[in-house]
Amino acid sequence: MPDATFLDSTELVLNMGPQHPSTHGVLRVILKLDGEKILGTECVIGYLHRGVEKIAENRTFAQFNPYVDRMDYVAAISNGLGYCLAVEKMLNIEAPPRAQAIRVILTELNRIASHLLWLGTHALDIGAITPVFYCLREREEALKIFEKYCGARLTTHAFRIGGLLYETYDGFEKDILAFCDWFLPKVDEYEELLTNNRIWVGRLKNVGILTADECKEYGVTGPVLRAAGVQWDLRKAQPYSGYEKYEFDIPTRQNGDTYDRYLVRMQEMRQSVRIMRQAVAAIPEGPIMGKVGKVIKPAVGEAYVSIEAPKGELGYYIVSDGATQPYRVRVRPPSFVNLQALDRMVRGALVADVVAVIGTLDIVLGEVDR
Amino acid sequence: MKKLLNKIFLTDLFQGLWVTFRNQHPKYIYTEQYPAERPKVAERYRGAPRLNINPDNGETLCIACNLCALACPENLIVVTSERNEATRRKELTEFTYDTSRCMFCGLCEDACPVDALELTQDFELATYTREGQIWDRQMLEEGPKPTPYKC
Repeated sequence: MPDATFLDSTELVLNMGPQHPSTHGVLRVILKLDGEKILGTECVIGYLHRGVEKIAENRTFAQFNPYVDRMDYVAAISNGLGYCLAVEKMLNIEAPPRAQAIRVILTELNRIASHLLWLGTHALDIGAITPVFYCLREREEALKIFEKYCGARLTTHAFRIGGLLYETYDGFEKDILAFCDWFLPKVDEYEELLTNNRIWVGRLKNVGILTADECKEYGVTGPVLRAAGVQWDLRKAQPYSGYEKYEFDIPTRQNGDTYDRYLVRMQEMRQSVRIMRQAVAAIPEGPIMGKVGKVIKPAVGEAYVSIEAPKGELGYYIVSDGATQPYRVRVRPPSFVNLQALDRMVRGALVADVVAVIGTLDIVLGEVDR
Repeated sequence: MKKLLNKIFLTDLFQGLWVTFRNQHPKYIYTEQYPAERPKVAERYRGAPRLNINPDNGETLCIACNLCALACPENLIVVTSERNEATRRKELTEFTYDTSRCMFCGLCEDACPVDALELTQDFELATYTREGQIWDRQMLEEGPKPTPYKC
């Protein structure tokens, strides 16, 4: 936002949100406009601030685990994985191989569920009503698998520090494989609906361009970075939870516009299916819980673990002073960092493009505000 | 040339319409008619809490060890007990569970050493008052009794 207090006679300041349906929650964007043209934006965040990082300081390590699900509630399992890996790093333990394989399967399934919600709402913002119904239909099947596995659909609390609490239910592998087979043609169906559609292409092509250098400057990660042509995926770059065992590609595109980000995410869903198939075929036998005491009490120290969440790099930085409660927990949420690029992406564009760009950034306000 | 023909004959739009047409078939109806048709939740579903009683003699299984209250991140469980002088054992007197603050994480049922506290498949927890959300021992043992829906 340009800091001029005085507006030109043709300029206008407009509040978008916090109750705007296309800001995906309670994001408020102050737009400075010249007619339809955007001269500058300012994001006002914090409407969903719950002080999650502070809550962590008053909870034991195990007790804080359900709270991380409530940051990025669309991809709760990824959050849980990041937190559990960070605490496990502090305790110098590793989850058993069987737990790692199940974690990978569920995280990839969650990536699909998250991307489906993104696709549905993004298309809804642009004006295509149909995809949201189809996407939620497919997402429902993924959520049913979560419910069968751990008993909750959204805020799952699926993983525990040191491994898993729940053993897979009977028919888990069959359910996952059936989902994979059923889901792949559905992705083609979405592509049929959208990829060539002239309104979709017209609204997305060359909108909200963010080049690779700009992405790096802003610290933008995830599909937004990959759509700009940077082949960076933490699952490949610093494999965690046994991702090095699976074969998959990092989909990238060159232009870095909204349309490319759409195509990258569509490819990512296919790659997730590929990973899930490999993981299900080779779930090792063995225990699911590592050697963790009843009371989790890491030594004095700190740990930072970042994982590739559906929205980008999700990092957990935990400091322990040797007590049963963390001294400090800091979360590096992908949505919050990606949102900072909004101004660069929409400056000079039209008001309707703000909606497209917020949609393509795939932000979840629970994670932005924490 | 092909691009122009595509533009004139709206092939991209018809391609999309064909997808929606394929999905028109009644066998693709996924909507659940909720109050009339109750969903079957999974076996491991974490819903309303229940304090189990021994079916043989009707006595509570809870040993008043207070582990669930300590495990709860929201501190919403209050367990009170009293020492029975005859048997010299702790006996449960009151057990309150504030479902309005519960996030159904399942840590309390993990902590329970005797499987007395359990999260069940009941999911209809709405009440008319805030006080109604705070469940006492009797409510926890009997479970919620939602009014059945009549067509």
